[in-house]
Amino acid sequence: MTDVVAAPAAVVTVAHGRGELPGWRLLLRRPTFIAGAAILLFWVVCAVFGHIIAPQDPLAQQLLATNKAPSAAHWFGTDQLGRDVFSRVIVGARSILVISVFATLLGTVAGTALGLAMGYLGGVVDILAGRIVEAVLALPLLVVAFLFLVALGPSPLTIIIVIGFVFTPLIARTVRSAVLVERQQDYLASARLLGENRTYIMFVEILPNVLAAVLVEFTVRLGYAIFTVASLSFLGFGVQQPTPDWGADINANYGVLPAGYWWMTLFPALAIASLVIAINLVTDSIEQVLAS
Amino acid sequence: MATYVLKRLGLALVTLWLLSVIVFFASQVLPGDPGRAILGNLAAPSAVAALDHQLGVDRPLLVQYWTWVTGLLHGNMGTSYTFRAPVEPYISAALVNSIKLAALAFVIVVPLGILGGVVAALNYGRAADRVISVAGLSATTVPEFVSGIVLIVVFGVALKVLPVSASAGTGASAASQLQHLILPAIPLVLVLFGYIARMARAGTIEALNSDYARTAILKGLKRSVVIRRHILRNSLLPTITVIATQTGYLIGGLVIVETLFNYQGIGNLIFKAATSKDFPMLAAGVLVIGVVYMVATLIADVLYTVLNPRLRLGGAE
Repeated sequence: MTDVVAAPAAVVTVAHGRGELPGWRLLLRRPTFIAGAAILLFWVVCAVFGHIIAPQDPLAQQLLATNKAPSAAHWFGTDQLGRDVFSRVIVGARSILVISVFATLLGTVAGTALGLAMGYLGGVVDILAGRIVEAVLALPLLVVAFLFLVALGPSPLTIIIVIGFVFTPLIARTVRSAVLVERQQDYLASARLLGENRTYIMFVEILPNVLAAVLVEFTVRLGYAIFTVASLSFLGFGVQQPTPDWGADINANYGVLPAGYWWMTLFPALAIASLVIAINLVTDSIEQVLAS
Repeated sequence: MATYVLKRLGLALVTLWLLSVIVFFASQVLPGDPGRAILGNLAAPSAVAALDHQLGVDRPLLVQYWTWVTGLLHGNMGTSYTFRAPVEPYISAALVNSIKLAALAFVIVVPLGILGGVVAALNYGRAADRVISVAGLSATTVPEFVSGIVLIVVFGVALKVLPVSASAGTGASAASQLQHLILPAIPLVLVLFGYIARMARAGTIEALNSDYARTAILKGLKRSVVIRRHILRNSLLPTITVIATQTGYLIGGLVIVETLFNYQGIGNLIFKAATSKDFPMLAAGVLVIGVVYMVATLIADVLYTVLNPRLRLGGAE
């Protein structure tokens, strides 16, 4: 009996152990992955060491040098309060990355736990959670986030909780279908026959085998999170001035766009665009490698 | 078929009820004291209490919810705190404006997205496919206000060929209105393009690999005939559903685009209601958005069934 139990489990772990190494090599051969990862790495470095890299203090106002066009002294020009736009773009990487990553992590952890429960326990848990997914999906993400931010008051923590809350059922749905596939496997029947308890089976037996699905879901959701966080801070619900933040800086300056002061909004906008495109190049590459 | 539609309609009504509960609690209950929110921190407690009584928000929650829902069923969506007037005229005027903008975006993106997806599929694995797929994916993930700003900078500020504001003013001609709506429509087009192209591409690839496509080619039909008669008809079925479900994303996008271009649509209306704490207006606006989204999804499901002969002819049971 023990032999029969051990064999499938061993096969599964070996297959995974071998599958991962060539996967990473395949990724590194893709130019789209290299480009995306390089841009992403650049912004992560900016988020961590932004205050050291930035040539000037992003909060320092030079009231005699407001609305200056890009020049050698100010590469990206200055904003309406005479702050260096280049330094604000560099330092501004932090807030959007921190909020998006934490929101996605929250949604992924909660969603994975819920998905494991829905898929493995089934029954009432599955039906109840399924209904909630439907109700959350009945409104666009931005409108839900917006409704709760108005009710709870705008702050980065509220954004993390609201986005994490909305992502939870979406991620749970993906994990649930991956778990349903795993349920058919022999190793689970063996685990049950061995008398292992449900929590152990869900988190120790099933979870490692659905991790690939969770990883893809995390990167896909991270892209959506950045999209939503940027949009919400553009609407004024995120990080508040004077903290440097791409969306909030655009919100503060887009009013003077028709007057020709384009640099204070265009550069943060391009920063957001480069970040979301980088995430997508990485996500797309991971998906392609996993699919092949 | 009729049973299916009725079943879908029943489910939609349940979701609608859930939606009304969510909207009611998020917009009417969570904010706390509406009287305090309207009058500000300096107002006397007695004035706040009087206003709360006048607004009816000091009554039990269930009573408030009942009054609100029965009002909705009678076509009474509430009284705006800001305008001190019924919200319906504001909502309907804004909705008409939003529909104009959304319609323009759809008219551009649907043929473009399908064309992009089909071209990518016909060039499967080649450079054209990679370019369309990666560009579509990137366009989809760039937030609307980001692409909107790039467009304003290029066409409005640098080239000065298109107006930067979306509203043409009252009494403007249709041509002028259209001209003002071009720039705001493009960010919506960019976001939707990727989804539609991706779906059309997947559907076309599936149809290309099917037995009937191989048979059609082997019996000597011209490539263009095979594509038009055998492939497109089958590949576009899933695309139709995606187009309808994209209405949800489109509405989220409208909040952003209408704010950026200062256009008096439903998105801008709920944004302004939210920032000025005009909760009845906010609740009514969000509910209308939810209803529009649900109707679109319902139409998509029914359309899918009608267009798919296997489902239409009773296979669905």
